[in-house]
Amino acid sequence: MTTSAPARAPRALKIPTRLDRRYLPVVGTFVVLALMLVVGGSRYENFVSPAVISNLFINNAHLIVLAVGMTFVILTGGIDLSVGSVLALSTVVTAALLQAGWPPAVVIPLAVGAGTVIGLAHGVMVHYFQVQPFVATLAGMFFARGLCFVIAPESIAIDEASFVSLATWVQIFGGWRMSSGVLIALIVVGAGFLVLHFTRFGRTVYAVGGGEQSALLMGLPVARTKVLAYVVSGTCAGLGGLLFAMYSQSGYSLTGVAMELDAIAAVVIGGTLLTGGTGFVLGSVLGVLVLGLIQTIITFEGTLSSWWTKIVIGVLLLIFVAVQRVLSLRKT
Amino acid sequence: MTQQTTPPVVEMTGISVEFPPVKALDGVDLHLRPGEIHALMGENGAGKSTLIKALTGIHSPTEGTIRVDGVERRFTGPADARAHGVSTVYQEVNLCGNLTVAENIMLGAEPRRLGGLHWRAMRRQAATHLERMGLSIDPASSLGSHSLAVQQLVAICRATVGDCKVLILDEPTSSLDTDEVAHLFTVMRALRDDGVAILFVSHFLDQVYEVSDRMTVLRNGRLVGEFITADLPTHELVQHMIGRSMDVLEAAEHVVERAGRPAGTTPLLQAVGLGRKGSVQPFDLELYEGEVVGLAGLLGSGRTELARLLTGADRADAGQTRMAGKPARLRTPRAAMDLGIAYTSEDRKGEGVVDGLTVRENIVLGLQARRGWMRPLPRKQVDELVASYIEQLGIRPADPEALLRNLSGGNQQKVLLARWLATAPRLLVLDEPTRGIDVGAKAEIQKLVADLAADGMSVVFISAELEEVLRISHRIAVLRDRRKVAEIDGGGATMDQVVDLIAGGGAA
Amino acid sequence: MTNLLRHHLFWPVAALVALLVANTVASPGFLAITVRDGHLFGAPIDILRTTAPLLLVALGMTLVIATRGIDLSVGAVVAVSGAVALSHIASSPNPDSPVTVLTAIGLALALCLVLGVWNGFLVSVLGIQPIIATLILMTAGRGVAMLITGGMITTVNSAPFKVLGSGFWLGLPVAAVLAFGVFAVVAFVVRRTALGMLLEATGINPAASRLSGVRSKTLTWTVYAAAGLFAGLAGLLISADTMAADANNAGLFIELDAILAVVIGGTALSGGKFNLSGTLVGALVIATLERTVTVVGISPLVTPLFMALVVIAVTLLQSPRMRERLTAATRRPVATTPPEPQSAARPDSTEVKAR
Repeated sequence: MTTSAPARAPRALKIPTRLDRRYLPVVGTFVVLALMLVVGGSRYENFVSPAVISNLFINNAHLIVLAVGMTFVILTGGIDLSVGSVLALSTVVTAALLQAGWPPAVVIPLAVGAGTVIGLAHGVMVHYFQVQPFVATLAGMFFARGLCFVIAPESIAIDEASFVSLATWVQIFGGWRMSSGVLIALIVVGAGFLVLHFTRFGRTVYAVGGGEQSALLMGLPVARTKVLAYVVSGTCAGLGGLLFAMYSQSGYSLTGVAMELDAIAAVVIGGTLLTGGTGFVLGSVLGVLVLGLIQTIITFEGTLSSWWTKIVIGVLLLIFVAVQRVLSLRKT
Repeated sequence: MTQQTTPPVVEMTGISVEFPPVKALDGVDLHLRPGEIHALMGENGAGKSTLIKALTGIHSPTEGTIRVDGVERRFTGPADARAHGVSTVYQEVNLCGNLTVAENIMLGAEPRRLGGLHWRAMRRQAATHLERMGLSIDPASSLGSHSLAVQQLVAICRATVGDCKVLILDEPTSSLDTDEVAHLFTVMRALRDDGVAILFVSHFLDQVYEVSDRMTVLRNGRLVGEFITADLPTHELVQHMIGRSMDVLEAAEHVVERAGRPAGTTPLLQAVGLGRKGSVQPFDLELYEGEVVGLAGLLGSGRTELARLLTGADRADAGQTRMAGKPARLRTPRAAMDLGIAYTSEDRKGEGVVDGLTVRENIVLGLQARRGWMRPLPRKQVDELVASYIEQLGIRPADPEALLRNLSGGNQQKVLLARWLATAPRLLVLDEPTRGIDVGAKAEIQKLVADLAADGMSVVFISAELEEVLRISHRIAVLRDRRKVAEIDGGGATMDQVVDLIAGGGAA
Repeated sequence: MTNLLRHHLFWPVAALVALLVANTVASPGFLAITVRDGHLFGAPIDILRTTAPLLLVALGMTLVIATRGIDLSVGAVVAVSGAVALSHIASSPNPDSPVTVLTAIGLALALCLVLGVWNGFLVSVLGIQPIIATLILMTAGRGVAMLITGGMITTVNSAPFKVLGSGFWLGLPVAAVLAFGVFAVVAFVVRRTALGMLLEATGINPAASRLSGVRSKTLTWTVYAAAGLFAGLAGLLISADTMAADANNAGLFIELDAILAVVIGGTALSGGKFNLSGTLVGALVIATLERTVTVVGISPLVTPLFMALVVIAVTLLQSPRMRERLTAATRRPVATTPPEPQSAARPDSTEVKAR
């Protein structure tokens, strides 16, 4: 037993000599990402350039936000299939209301809030009515998609001046570009990280995923935490929709079809266990970047067709799931 | 050590808990005093856990009063109980292995800074608590990376954060080795000396004698009595737990007829050096046709584990088995089944009945599984088979289409028996077939076992109730500490003899 | 009357009837069936035909769900099946030859069976959660389909193949005859052999089933393989209907529709008891709902909204909490299980949850 060595309590600051196995999956993702950059950089000119990296973020800002929300839900052991549809709903709400002449200051909270409300409904269904997360969010997915068509079956272009200026705001420094979307996404990532690691809610999210019964017996607020996790995911989907509306400067009810799969894939590739309790927001961001980079490489390759993206994602998923399975087997 | 003068911190009087129609607890008293280690003793189904759950508010008693610090209380749940100083540490560590040690200790009472967690203070405080437990582990490490023993101590650590007046330890030592137990006891004694009342539930008698000051013994949901540990010999304790009163002794006539086994018969099943690490030490056992072999031993003695090795439910990692003289490999339940071995698990709900299926489906499940899905039993044959078992075993309601979850425990057990009898086994291993069922059904099942043996079946019978084992066994194998320690002839055995063997030769 | 109300098919059938009534009100000739060239025509026949692929997929899904599983990959398998069959026909010099068509069908079904076996391997041998295991193929499957078609929407002209989608047999659409035929055979096999009972036992209590000698792993593996095969057949029907292999859109969301059909049919997603007749009604409800939306004159794009309302209603009605309320409201004496003393005497945490 560890107690035999009467050592002093460790000092507050210490350098970990050995890698904690909790970080292994994230390190794995990071290695994959680095390898892709190295391979890409050696094969193609200008691959590892500020422009390419900046674009990687700009094109995937909305997905980063979705993945952050999805991480919360998956950490509690749930899943949210609705994020793609909710994102579409948010773009449609944004575009339709702006077209109707509402000021952005009102439209933006409404669009994001739509996601929050749907997320709340999911949470209530999952926790209080014990509907399986899969089914509850599936209903939400259909609901949001249907609502999109009710609001606007056609694509609506956004030309409201202040919204456009917000959307096209770009900061350039030394070849690097930072759009308002990326800025917002990074703020969300930072907020997600802080909430998960420095609040009781965040730690309870992990606790619920690690064992709901245990969390209950530890006296933690399980009900509130589960519902809130879905609220976070819904809100992130709403915000993701806003970012997508800014990115595409339009609202379209067919946006984001199957985007929930990308978000789930990013989270899994980022090292979060779908069984809950283990994973990091930053891993999910790395996961999004891996997905984005696959696409970039296929574009650079030129001869490779776009469908390889899906196949490669599938293979990556398989590898990560298999490795996680082996790790979890060895643990028990 | 026991301060009789101090008023009890917990006073439970006349507690009854009912799960209609069963009375799980019937007028039980429990008194805990500050600064004592109080053992709660009893066999499976005696009501120990129910009593603990009544105290912590998981079950609400139908009768009786609970006073904590002299104030009458009914807690709404473990969290509420904890807020009033009554903390529980369960057998399975109910903490989150994916969080750090510090979080597991401090969450709920964590130090904060700027509205968020103050990690450094949290780790520091956790380290102080850990130090009190004599644990020098890194509070920032994840709990899951530590041994079960450490996790158990961390759970106790969490329980003692804040104002802890009463600490309930439910089977804390079941997965610890000797050194770890010794460490736990040091911690328990230190807490006791700080004035905490500790309620200690364990099925290891030597541990109870080593650490406890007083004990309360329950049997079948009733209070047997409260004793000073030092004044109660092990032998008497075991008798209290297992139950021996004059009328029981008289009733303990042997149900089975004793027929001498002809010399030189080949055993039906012969196990040589069969064992499994961490489960049961290698043992030898021979089972003969027409014979009931009882397994006696306390909970955790290895009696269930032994049965599981004989039936392929767990895979042995040592030893051989021979069936009717031929080498046999019992690697899966299915393999054992094909050799004519049947096993009803003690965990009727988890591993026995399929509660969403009907009586009919549950009865034919085993037979059908063996035939394979493509060769269904003809419906007429099924109906006859099911009707005959319902009749023969007296299953109530006598409705083949009743859902199993709507049957009482005793009737579910009969359905399970019917499932296995339908496969016409040569060896029937029954693990606690009579637990938690009423007296009438119990007697019926005992009678049935005797009849089956008389018809030539070989039966292994496990029960926590010693008199039952004595009554129906031709031979009795006694287990202690995961080891087969003796094998005696059922005919000549007396209660005293077996109790001595179970208790370890009377040594406390 | 109460017996009728409590029959497991009551609510699904009521929903179906309500939809049909709504259609007839909106368009009085809705239920009319005419005979033209010896073939039956009319909205009900159309509904049967459009139900066909969904019914096949839902059939496999029901069996998978019975074992506590789920198969998300069926939509992708539908796409793969169509892609394989049409690519083979397109590359053949003689697209109208029955041999070509039969080879194409054989190839497609064989590949889909392999995909199903793959899922079954991940779930039953590697022990990966069904949701994740099938998510892999759900993601990669469409890529594979595109790989096969080369990213094009492959269109072909092949009279024998077209029969699958829009042909008639004995006056009925071939697709419907095939799907309902397969469904009937499987339902017969499941209920007449012991398969159904063993599947249910596995889904309700895997541990008890193992101890009773049920080969749960093999069964689980089999149902995933079957789900793949049925999805493949559905893919053939869909591609034969349009005579185009659209790797992106063929069978899009059919896995969700199938899960819905199963849920509407009264089979719980938590596994165990399943009922195929319910799934049949569920599939018909979904197909009719889609039809209704057009008949009533709402844009078909809004269908998801109605689907959502149906799912929410059904799942909430099925949820334990709602059941409690309903039974409390009707105050019917319900046979409740007495918690057994020995389970109470054990520190199992499920009882905490019950509070």
